[in-house]
Amino acid sequence: MSGAVISAGPGAAAPQAGGTDRSPLPIQVWAMAGRSVIRLIRQPALVVPSVIFPLFLLGVNAGGLNAATNIPGFPTDSYLTFAIGFTFIQAAIFSTMGAGQSLAQDIENGFFSRLVLTPMRPSALMAGQLAGLILMGQFQALLYLAVGLVAGADFAAGVGGYFVLAALVSVISIGFGGIGLIMAIRTGSGEAVQGMFPLMFVLLFFSSMTLPRNLIEQDWYRFLATINPVSYLIEAIRSLFITGWDGEALALGFGIAGVVAVLSIALAARSLKGRMLK
Amino acid sequence: MNDSGQNMYFSAARAVAWRYLHNLYSKPAVFIPGLVFPLFFLAAFAGGLSAVGDTPRFDYYDFTAFQFGFILIQASSLAGVFVGFSIAADFEQGMGRRLMLATSRRSAILLGYAAGAALRLIVVWVIITGVSLLAGMEVRGNGYDLAGMYMLGLLSNVVALLFSAGIAFRFRSLQAGPLMQMPVFIALFLAPVYVPQDLLTGWIEPVARVNPVTALLNGARSLMAGEPTGILLAYGVAAGMIALLGIWALRGLRKAEMAG
Repeated sequence: MSGAVISAGPGAAAPQAGGTDRSPLPIQVWAMAGRSVIRLIRQPALVVPSVIFPLFLLGVNAGGLNAATNIPGFPTDSYLTFAIGFTFIQAAIFSTMGAGQSLAQDIENGFFSRLVLTPMRPSALMAGQLAGLILMGQFQALLYLAVGLVAGADFAAGVGGYFVLAALVSVISIGFGGIGLIMAIRTGSGEAVQGMFPLMFVLLFFSSMTLPRNLIEQDWYRFLATINPVSYLIEAIRSLFITGWDGEALALGFGIAGVVAVLSIALAARSLKGRMLK
Repeated sequence: MNDSGQNMYFSAARAVAWRYLHNLYSKPAVFIPGLVFPLFFLAAFAGGLSAVGDTPRFDYYDFTAFQFGFILIQASSLAGVFVGFSIAADFEQGMGRRLMLATSRRSAILLGYAAGAALRLIVVWVIITGVSLLAGMEVRGNGYDLAGMYMLGLLSNVVALLFSAGIAFRFRSLQAGPLMQMPVFIALFLAPVYVPQDLLTGWIEPVARVNPVTALLNGARSLMAGEPTGILLAYGVAAGMIALLGIWALRGLRKAEMAG
């Protein structure tokens, strides 16, 4: 596959005006993205848990916490409809590990060093890694929505809401994927990337994942959930299921996901440059 | 087994237990996750979900105490699973084989790990109980009730330990870690974690009814409340699982012996 990056593919062989043998960026991205996607498909052991585990927790929470819908002020009478938003975020965070893990593996087994010797652009490497992640995110979004609807969840936003959901999941995948890439590039160790898992879990659990923020009784917990950006990502997706079109929730969700994506990709690019110079 | 044989047997078990605890406490990266995870779940559930305790038909007296029952069983079980990791790591590094060569009756190795796990558990219990009391948990059970509750925790630990040891002896590699951890994690979450069993709805309700963890959890919670119910069932289920998984672990040990 690395050969494809260096020279193969239509248009790749033609030298550019600058005199370098570098193939155009889209071809490099395409080659890396193809590798990332094929790698994902060939490793079901990496993919299956990140798809199944969020569904398992959704099932457990929907059955175990349905009594919470009796709390005065709870926004819906179906806990499944309330909880399904969290599933998308959980899956995106699991995928973060996947993206970081793949790159760390490349660094550990020397593939990355060989890649550095080619005229490939750092941006192509990153975009390629993220492409697999986005594809996975889209697959998960479709699957979770289908499972949720079959199980009886409401989707108040309707068909148009699906496209908004898909867009938001993509931005979130890029944002969290970027964090995974930073860890992988900086440490070059799959074990270190895995070490991020507890931190990600803390971010998930200390959010508004199980109850709306206004119904959390403990002040300290409500405070943590309010300053935790993950709460707003969950609430944006949740709004599509419960309210339909809640401009404020969606703006906050897209805004925060966008900021995380821009910052994580910028930092990952910077780290990548440093790693390539080593 | 004569007296000298018995002494050698327990001496070998003691040595394995001591080694396990020494390794554990000299490597914080190994010890801390087993402690932090239950505390984290305690904070997330007792803190974030306390409003659930106000819902109609939630008849337990204190939500933090209700969650403590789950955290006790979870922490105890996970401590058992972590021993499975240690056994697998020992075999991966060649230590397991040396332990086999050093003992004539190999079940002493399993006993040693189990004793080490029980001692480790005391530290975990002290910390999670202390944190729960600081968080305002009300305890209604008397001394006997609480002893019975912690005994259920210990039995959960032995159950999880025998299960994961059986896998560790068979695979002798840390790569089998998810096989040890995931079934225990899933069984724990298929019990009434957030609300009493009566309030479960949907597919999880019949699953929780036949899940053995439910009996342990309900027993521990009733003892904490000072109103013991279903205790015979809880202890019976634990004893049955220990008997079955004991055979599983010992057969695994035989397989490890045969593998050399």
